[in-house]
Amino acid sequence: MLAATLSTGWFLENAWLIPLVPAIGFIFIILFGKKMPQNGSEIGIVSIGISLAIAIGATFQWIDRVNSASGGGEHTATGFFGTLRAIFPSATETGEHAASFVEPVVKSWTWWQSGGLEFGLGQHIDGLSIMLLLLVTFISFLVQIYSTEYVSGDRRYTHFFAALTLFSAGMLVMVLAENMLQLILGWEIMGLCSFMLIGHWWEEEANSRAALKAFFTVRVGDVGLLVGTAIIFFGANDWAVEHGSNGFSIRGISAWALSGEASHSVLFWGGVALFIASIGKSGQFPLHTWLPDAMAGPTPVSSLLHSSTMVVAGVFLVARLYPVFFVGFDILDTSVNFITIIGGITIIVAAALAFVQDDIKKVLAYSTVSQLGYMMLGLGVGAWLPAVFHIFTHAFFKCALFLGAGSISHSGSHHSFDMKKDMGGLAKKMPITAATWMVSTAALCGIPFFSGFFSKDEIIDNASHNGYQFFFYVGLIGAFMTPAYMTRATYLTFFGKPRGAAAGEHHDEGHDDAHADHDDHHGDAHDDHGEHDDHGAHHGPHESPWRITAPLIVLSILAIGSGYLNAPAFGTHYFTDWVEPVGVEVALDDDHDYASSEDEHASVVLAAVQAEETDGHSSEAKGCGFADPADGSVCYAPKLSHATFSWSKAMPSIILVFAGILFSAWVCMGIYGDRKNPFAGLTSKFAPARWVHTLLVNKYYLDHLYEKVIVFAFAHPIAKAAYWVNQNILDGIVNNVGRGGRATGEWVYRNVDQRVVDGAVNASGLAASEGGHALQPVQSGKVNQYGALLFGAATVGAIVLILVNI
Amino acid sequence: MYAVNFLILAALLFAIGVFGVIARRNAVMVLMSIELILNSVNLNLIAFAMMNNSPEGHVFALYVIAVAAAEVGVGLAMVLMIYRNRRSIALDELSVMKG
Amino acid sequence: MSSLFAADVNIAQNVGFYIIAAIMVFGAMRVVTGRNVVHAALWLVVVLGGVASQYLLAAAEFVAISQVMVYIGAVMVLFLFGIMLTRATIGEESDLNNKNWSIGIPVALLLAGTLVWVIVDQYGGEVLTSPEEPMSTTAISDVFLREGLVPFLALSFVLLAAAIGAIVLARKD
Repeated sequence: MLAATLSTGWFLENAWLIPLVPAIGFIFIILFGKKMPQNGSEIGIVSIGISLAIAIGATFQWIDRVNSASGGGEHTATGFFGTLRAIFPSATETGEHAASFVEPVVKSWTWWQSGGLEFGLGQHIDGLSIMLLLLVTFISFLVQIYSTEYVSGDRRYTHFFAALTLFSAGMLVMVLAENMLQLILGWEIMGLCSFMLIGHWWEEEANSRAALKAFFTVRVGDVGLLVGTAIIFFGANDWAVEHGSNGFSIRGISAWALSGEASHSVLFWGGVALFIASIGKSGQFPLHTWLPDAMAGPTPVSSLLHSSTMVVAGVFLVARLYPVFFVGFDILDTSVNFITIIGGITIIVAAALAFVQDDIKKVLAYSTVSQLGYMMLGLGVGAWLPAVFHIFTHAFFKCALFLGAGSISHSGSHHSFDMKKDMGGLAKKMPITAATWMVSTAALCGIPFFSGFFSKDEIIDNASHNGYQFFFYVGLIGAFMTPAYMTRATYLTFFGKPRGAAAGEHHDEGHDDAHADHDDHHGDAHDDHGEHDDHGAHHGPHESPWRITAPLIVLSILAIGSGYLNAPAFGTHYFTDWVEPVGVEVALDDDHDYASSEDEHASVVLAAVQAEETDGHSSEAKGCGFADPADGSVCYAPKLSHATFSWSKAMPSIILVFAGILFSAWVCMGIYGDRKNPFAGLTSKFAPARWVHTLLVNKYYLDHLYEKVIVFAFAHPIAKAAYWVNQNILDGIVNNVGRGGRATGEWVYRNVDQRVVDGAVNASGLAASEGGHALQPVQSGKVNQYGALLFGAATVGAIVLILVNI
Repeated sequence: MYAVNFLILAALLFAIGVFGVIARRNAVMVLMSIELILNSVNLNLIAFAMMNNSPEGHVFALYVIAVAAAEVGVGLAMVLMIYRNRRSIALDELSVMKG
Repeated sequence: MSSLFAADVNIAQNVGFYIIAAIMVFGAMRVVTGRNVVHAALWLVVVLGGVASQYLLAAAEFVAISQVMVYIGAVMVLFLFGIMLTRATIGEESDLNNKNWSIGIPVALLLAGTLVWVIVDQYGGEVLTSPEEPMSTTAISDVFLREGLVPFLALSFVLLAAAIGAIVLARKD
């Protein structure tokens, strides 16, 4: 069974077109968008649509490829129908089929060369990237359709679509990345576009502040990405070059990390640095503070950012370079590691914050942070596949929730996102939005038979399976908190009495005042903009037009259905088969002549063929990631085991989910409704509850910590110290030189001149005196003096060099 | 001809230009001194081109001439603007950058 | 510089060089020390013309012509315009120098001394053989349009940007 028999196809080979098309679309929108009949939005939709089509084609061909590897190559059927037939049978019948290595479709072209190093651009198509390519193009497509209605009439409509398209292109570049530099490229494109999109309505200061905050917070993490890439490169390059790759190539790095020759400390510190980048990008504790503020952007942006692109990038980075983290952090060998700690803290901390938000989008934002914590926790406990599956399912329901929130503000609450002031009782007025919201919420909460249940429960289950008992309980607590805060948000939005705008009141003037006295007014995200009020004939809440509801319906169907791709309760594991990299040893193809290869296929790629079956003797604890691979063969992924599903194990989390819903509904009715129960007015009666509430409302004072303490404690003193050095030391030196010069001159004048009456000496004394005078006010702001200093210093430097070299 | 002839002439012009940049207070005069410096560099380039009998030095000299022309254009436009705003082009009065 | 009359030194060329060089140094001194701005500009013309003639002595015809056209033709006109537009007085001015102008003397002397020392140390006594014929424009254009093409294009953009920038800066509004 050689790799050569793997099927491939046009879409797989040309997957690099997927990011390229939107990138070109972006240029077209910028250049011609304003002149187009739809102001450029059609270019964005078409380019993303083309990418989506290619991604779908590539997905089918990838599935075909996987089947051709595992099915012994009998599925040689090419063509669309052949593919369709090949997809389904092999997956259901086999529970234990010997997973075999599926060679990723890797291509690389030289981007630039420097000092003997080649930097490539290319594609690295495996299950993970195929899954995300499909996801990103699909979600982007829906979001763009939604945006044509949501931001219609905006004054920067064209620029909005341009940035949105480039944003998707950036994510796609990153997902496809064949090497770390390409990954950084996509990562940074995304960072830039997120800045443009969050600050789309920059006329309001809160929005531009939120954009800056997002940019700079993520930037803190980006330092980690650069440092980590450098560490890994210097660690891996020698080994990788020896094996026909280089230290930037993702395959080279993966193989190196699992080769057993990698220094553990290099892997550890490289992993720490890279994980810091993930913390920043994926909004993990303690750098999660930018994410809720990023709600200042238009809702479609929030939805795209939080479902499939920006925040997933950090998780993707960890999943992509999993061997580095696996070995570096000793995953599965220790009962706790850096990733699980951060993921676990994030789950609880963010979920608690979601309870005190009045802004519906901020509830969703903290919910995203919490769910990202689940993904990180999954990766940390060695549950690679459930974590990636959670990315997949989470994207659909979270996107639907955000778009639903946008639909409410667009048509239901008059551009307000304040649940307490402007919502309530909307279920009757907006039935489609309400129904899709309920479905997505159910998925998010992990109610059985909705998609979130299958992915989240797998993470929790695997935490216990892999011996991370503590984080198993953390996951369970999160599973209780998630439905609780979502029930609160659902109750406030769709049930109870209509309030404010939801009751049909207009308060255009008082809008900002209404926000000013509300609990949490740090950069309130409300899309209230003059240019939006063009549908001024606003007669109370009503259902949104089809361009908003259609994406909602599609997404909510997927919020149910996507879970069944990998529902062990029903015996399906398509997702496992198609996405998970198989952790088996792969023999390097020695016949391949790396040096002389001119075709793009093999320039920096480890060409590999399937090794002889490493059957029988490699038991569970012995495999990739646990034992070093034999000579001449490499591993690309650790061999992970999966917990087997059983309803009894899932029972605790199911019970907790329903307990959360019921408890929260009871409390909500007490606090916000008419029902009498002990929780009404709890925070005013009971001091500890009030303290907790204050702590949460102030977001654990983390923003205060960053803005007040850190900025003031570090940046301020540094600036002050620099100023002090400038004023006292530098000026002092200059002044003393001047004074010294003058003293010398006077001394010369008094002594030498008095004794040796000589005109030349007299003149030199005066010159020294004058020189002392001239040097004194060096920081004068006068160009001439700077020129004098520059040339004088250059001359002195030249003399020093000459003297040294003589 | 001795190689040092050109080089020493260029060095002297350079030093004189540097003196002008430091000493003059009229912005136009400073620009003129900068022209002296650039010309001295050009002399060096031509001398080295002659030494190696290659056209590259000439090409570089032409580059420098073009850049100098651009520099004078922008520089004088800036001087004009400063003059219009402050009624003076005395550089020692432009001490906004005083530290 | 052992002797003007070394066997392989072209005496006439050297003598011409020294005369022009003396005029240039004197002119340059007048540029940086004169009290009259317009006179300084005219002395600068002398120096630039001297540079052009030195180019001719060095068999660099094309550069010499460019020097005359660009510097004496265009740049000097710009300078004169600049002087007239910024300060109408044609006569002498007393405060043309900085308060601290004297710092320039040691810096310039030090710089000149260092440079001369290095030059004599490195090239002292080396004799340049004058080329048989001047550097041909063809050879220069070959370099310009082959290896030098990218900088040449970049330079074109620099000039364009400078022209636009000068207009933007100098327009009155």
